[in-house]
Amino acid sequence: MANAIKSSVVDPLIDNNPITLQVLGVCSALAVTTNMTAALIMSIALTTVTAFSSAMISSIRNHIPSSIRIIVQMTIIASLVIIVDQLLKAYAYDASKQLSVFVGLIITNCIVLGRAEAFAMKNPPVLSFFDGIGNGLGYSLILMIVAFFRELLGSGKLFGHVVIPVANEGGWYMPNGLMLLPPSAFFVIGLIIWLVRSVKREQIESADYQIHQVHRTEVL
Amino acid sequence: MEHYLSLFIKSIFIENLALSFFLGMCTFLAVSKKIETALGLGIAVILVQMITVPANNIIYQFLLKDGALAWAGYPDVDLSFLGLISYIGVIAAMVQILEMAMDKFAPALYNALGIFLPLITVNCAILGGTLFMVERDYNLAESAVYGVGSGLGWAMAITAIAGIREKLKYSDVPDGLQGLGITFITAGLMALGFMAFSGIQL
Repeated sequence: MANAIKSSVVDPLIDNNPITLQVLGVCSALAVTTNMTAALIMSIALTTVTAFSSAMISSIRNHIPSSIRIIVQMTIIASLVIIVDQLLKAYAYDASKQLSVFVGLIITNCIVLGRAEAFAMKNPPVLSFFDGIGNGLGYSLILMIVAFFRELLGSGKLFGHVVIPVANEGGWYMPNGLMLLPPSAFFVIGLIIWLVRSVKREQIESADYQIHQVHRTEVL
Repeated sequence: MEHYLSLFIKSIFIENLALSFFLGMCTFLAVSKKIETALGLGIAVILVQMITVPANNIIYQFLLKDGALAWAGYPDVDLSFLGLISYIGVIAAMVQILEMAMDKFAPALYNALGIFLPLITVNCAILGGTLFMVERDYNLAESAVYGVGSGLGWAMAITAIAGIREKLKYSDVPDGLQGLGITFITAGLMALGFMAFSGIQL
């Protein structure tokens, strides 16, 4: 049991990361990563929702008729997201304004529903809870890495504190404005995927079309 | 009229749901290997967006907004916290109804689009469109225009990336970037192209 819990928390971090391998929950990973504070709040919100929704769905899994399971899962997830949204509005109003619609969009974040459907429907509540935590952390890890590069290179700050003094405030660093714009998030995640797959070669996808290698002897 | 036209253009190009707000990215990356399937999904998104955004607008304006229940004699009631769960309920129900209606009245269309419809319930572009409508407080006519425009913009983006990916499979991509990685980079370059529209003032 302890082993199963450990592997369900550790596996999704790199070996089976929801973003870089399963292509789940990419939307918010790109949108909220212009600074680390927003990314951190989003990560905490998503990890909480995934963990609790998995645990709840798992505990009633034997009573849900399979024809209406999606709507039941949606209701549970939506209620949890409403709680998170209201808590953020009460205690972190500025952050919730900055995240705008993306807190609400946790409902349709594929990680939450994906884990509910693929894991929580088949496994006991405690294990599902830790699977939710693990996948939430895997998502958070990518989010924090992307936000780190975007905030550092885009505005010379980390968590809002100046790390590299930028040129227009008397420093030496000329900030890279592209890093604050949407497209940079695609590039950063693309490069992370490249890095992860260069190390973990078993994650490499096979090509649809094999390019024929021409050898010198064939030409002659 | 001019106002609606500029809102329409804005929701297609300048505020493209896929490329400047990253909504519906999961399906955008996963279902864009072939142009035909991408186009089918795109049309399904336009249809659903066209119906759900105005439907949710009516619910928001007459039931959930602060003071919206004045017509029923409850001027102090603010039900806006129930927003998220109502919108997703409406979306799920609409998708189900659309699926049944298409099965009955347009079987050919149903066979072409049917498999994509369940995917759409969990597509964040749909819920995102509704949430933006609420955040910007559009009225019914504006929300109808916004629904069609944003759906069209998303459909265009996914068709375009599918076109690029069909060609891209013949190119020599480094091992680690094969598949998902190169798709991210391509989408980034497309988003960069779409940034050019952001200079337009409407």
